[in-house]
Amino acid sequence: MLDYLVRRILGTIPVILVISVVVFAFVHLLPGDPARLVAGMDATLEDVAAVRKSLGLDGPIWDQYWRFLSHAVQGDFGMSLKSRRPVITEIGERLMPTVWLTVFAMVWATAAGLLIGVASAVKRGRWQDWGGMFVAVSGISFPSFWLGLLMIDLFSVRLGWLPTGGYGTPAHFVMPSFTLGLGVAAVMARFTRSAFIEIAREDYVRTARAKGVPEQTVIWKHTLRNALVPVITMVGLQFGFLLGGSIVVETVFTWPGLGRLLVDSVAYRDYPVIQAEILLFSLEFIVINLAVDVLYALANPEIRFR
Amino acid sequence: MTDATVASLAAEATRTPFGEFWRRFRRQKVALFAGLFLCALIAVAIAAPWIVPFDPVAPDYEAVLEGVSARHWAGTDAYGRDVFSRIVHGARISLAVGFLSVSLGSLGGVTLGVISGYYGGLVDSLIMRICDVLLAFPGILLAIAVIAILGPGIDNVIYAVAVFSVPVFARLARSSTLSLKRAVYIDAARAIGVADRLIMVRHLLPGALPNVVVYFSMRIGTSILTAASLSFIGLGAQPPSPEWGAMLADGRNYIGVADHVTLFPGLAIFVTVLAFNLLGDGLRDALDPKLRRL
Repeated sequence: MLDYLVRRILGTIPVILVISVVVFAFVHLLPGDPARLVAGMDATLEDVAAVRKSLGLDGPIWDQYWRFLSHAVQGDFGMSLKSRRPVITEIGERLMPTVWLTVFAMVWATAAGLLIGVASAVKRGRWQDWGGMFVAVSGISFPSFWLGLLMIDLFSVRLGWLPTGGYGTPAHFVMPSFTLGLGVAAVMARFTRSAFIEIAREDYVRTARAKGVPEQTVIWKHTLRNALVPVITMVGLQFGFLLGGSIVVETVFTWPGLGRLLVDSVAYRDYPVIQAEILLFSLEFIVINLAVDVLYALANPEIRFR
Repeated sequence: MTDATVASLAAEATRTPFGEFWRRFRRQKVALFAGLFLCALIAVAIAAPWIVPFDPVAPDYEAVLEGVSARHWAGTDAYGRDVFSRIVHGARISLAVGFLSVSLGSLGGVTLGVISGYYGGLVDSLIMRICDVLLAFPGILLAIAVIAILGPGIDNVIYAVAVFSVPVFARLARSSTLSLKRAVYIDAARAIGVADRLIMVRHLLPGALPNVVVYFSMRIGTSILTAASLSFIGLGAQPPSPEWGAMLADGRNYIGVADHVTLFPGLAIFVTVLAFNLLGDGLRDALDPKLRRL
């Protein structure tokens, strides 16, 4: 197992390096000279040179990359152009709100998705199945920002039960985490249903029924437990989807998280923040994938020896 | 053996793969209906300039934030523009963005996938690692990164959304190429000296197409949704464009005052994306009942 773990961690290094090159290259891909863009239209040549130096864009390109990488490893991404504060401080303040939002969304979405998926699979072909899957495909197609606005309209403006946006009390979490989780709940429901149906065809499930095991035990213990293995993988993949979705949901509910910071930075062309955020999001996704693979290997010894 | 069974056996023997597919697809009433709806929507989008009652961008300050009426079927927005006319025009934008971005993405992806699967070795590992990296980014994040470079705007949204379709199609095309590569007819083609490029285009590409078609429909739904999200957060279509996501962003300040301004564009996005997803589900089930996983 340790051997597998080490191999998997080493395997992520090339991917991380490629991503770091892409993120580094990002500033160079911009049309025009970023230093002039940042310094403004009427800056003197000295000003532009100073900005170029502060952005780390002076010297040979290999040198620039090396400086970028060694600073990034130490958590130094330079200064935000907008707030004039270190990028790492900006991001540090925004990290936890996004983490909590994602975790809450994931928890309810997984629970709901599992329940709907199992119910649909058990009542396969009947109205419960049809209804569950219709809700699921609708959930995938529903624009999260519209759902957010509809909920604000109903629960904040009309009923006055929940705050329209912001961060702080548990009440602030209700609508954003529901909005963010809906798409994931829908994907989980569809996926659980098909995984469950596949396992329900296995011989040992038939044997369990034949020897008189109660139906509830067959469903929850024999079938669902085995169907959970692919479902775990799916949970990991959906985390990436949530990270992406949080960008939109945070904008709707004025949530002080990483997603809104990214949108603001793109609008303001705050390149150091954009670079750091893209790197951070990618690393999060890689770490989650790694964790999923390890969990998967723990559950299924066959994979470790490939 | 009755005449009827003989006839049905004969029909089965002469049925083409497409005939078989169509027979199964026809039974999927929901998907069939979704397909018809989309055809109608495309027709409406093409005819938009001739059928809408009002100019979609010209303001009319005499008719600001009016509710639903016989004159304004979906009310008017904060500039007095007819919401219905804007939505019909917005269909042109959303459908065009969906089709163009997925076409670009699938063209690039399939090309890379077939090359990757056919040559194998170093080329294969290189292309697949790049795809891994692209897949490592959540779709919308990748799109935002592309927009951060190219700048906001609906044209750039097309490229941004196309990029994250590339790895999906590359993997699809690669896996079908890998399984077809070992077929006898490919060996035969190579033995008589057919050029690699021709083998890929004539003999390997067609094998990948059925799956590509299925994913095409599903990706259009996803792409339209992503493009609308980008416009909503202000990085896509800019005002006064009647793009659906941008309309929702415009209308969010009037929630509780004039709900129709956000209700109808939201509904338009939802119904369109739902139709593409239902069509995709139906195509997938008709193409291969076993392929229910992804």
